[in-house]
Amino acid sequence: MAFRAAVVTFPGSNCDRDLADALEKVSGAPAIRVWHGDAELPERLDFIGLPGGFSYGDYLRCGAMAARSPIVRAVVEAANKGVPVLGVCNGFQVLTESGLLPGALMRNAQLTFVCRTVPLEVENSQSLFTAGYEQGETIHLPVAHHDGNYFADEATLDRLEGEGRVAFRYGENCNGSQRAIAGVLNAQGNVLGMMPHPERAIEPEMGNSDGRVLFESAVEGLVGV
Amino acid sequence: MKVRIFVSLKPGVLDPQGRAVHHALEGLGFRGVEDVRVGRLIELDVADGTADATLKDMCEKLLANTVIENYRIEKLETV
Repeated sequence: MAFRAAVVTFPGSNCDRDLADALEKVSGAPAIRVWHGDAELPERLDFIGLPGGFSYGDYLRCGAMAARSPIVRAVVEAANKGVPVLGVCNGFQVLTESGLLPGALMRNAQLTFVCRTVPLEVENSQSLFTAGYEQGETIHLPVAHHDGNYFADEATLDRLEGEGRVAFRYGENCNGSQRAIAGVLNAQGNVLGMMPHPERAIEPEMGNSDGRVLFESAVEGLVGV
Repeated sequence: MKVRIFVSLKPGVLDPQGRAVHHALEGLGFRGVEDVRVGRLIELDVADGTADATLKDMCEKLLANTVIENYRIEKLETV
């Protein structure tokens, strides 16, 4: 059965096409493109992608407006029913603002935009999204953000670590994140938010294909090889 | 009725912007500044008699991110 993924586009999204492209390259089926004002998602989805960018111009707080848009209400409902959701960069900010993931993403500690490829440690290789990686493996993915400084209170951080919900940690803390956290899973393990961009690293021609494994893990985990 | 919402980072949450502004003030020669926190002021014009609970709800659901921010509601005109 063909893999049915949807990618949401908000006004100001700029990685939506890359994300849709990565999903299509890996699964062989084109991703369904969904607009922020749509109130409903397509039926029988295997996967939902929230892309990077600057939704609604980052007004109020990054991801704050998008998290209250009609489509994200539908995404929250789908996520709570177990549909896998991946939020990258601004998509991660939308996931924390919507309450699907704990914590918040603040202005980078050094106050500057960071745009380079960084080393990441795979902290949890058991999840749907990370099963193709080795536990503790170091991979490299590009980051490009101004607000990726992950913050949560100590109790929440302890809980995340204890439950294996830190998916990725920076090998080099490029933005001041608490405990160098780069990617977080929800309690059920079907929602992953991460600042680095796996969709920008899926072909050797891109300089790096470490991100491809993430999409392969999800596709294989959901439809079988 | 005019309402002002002051949104500020919670104590203990590092404020990189505040720190940069603090540094800049010192660079300009201003002495004796102990700390700087940068916040946000949101002005609302709402129907007279809007309930406090409604204003609080607006803050909790959108205007502030209560994971990292506190808010304070100030009503400028009352009926």
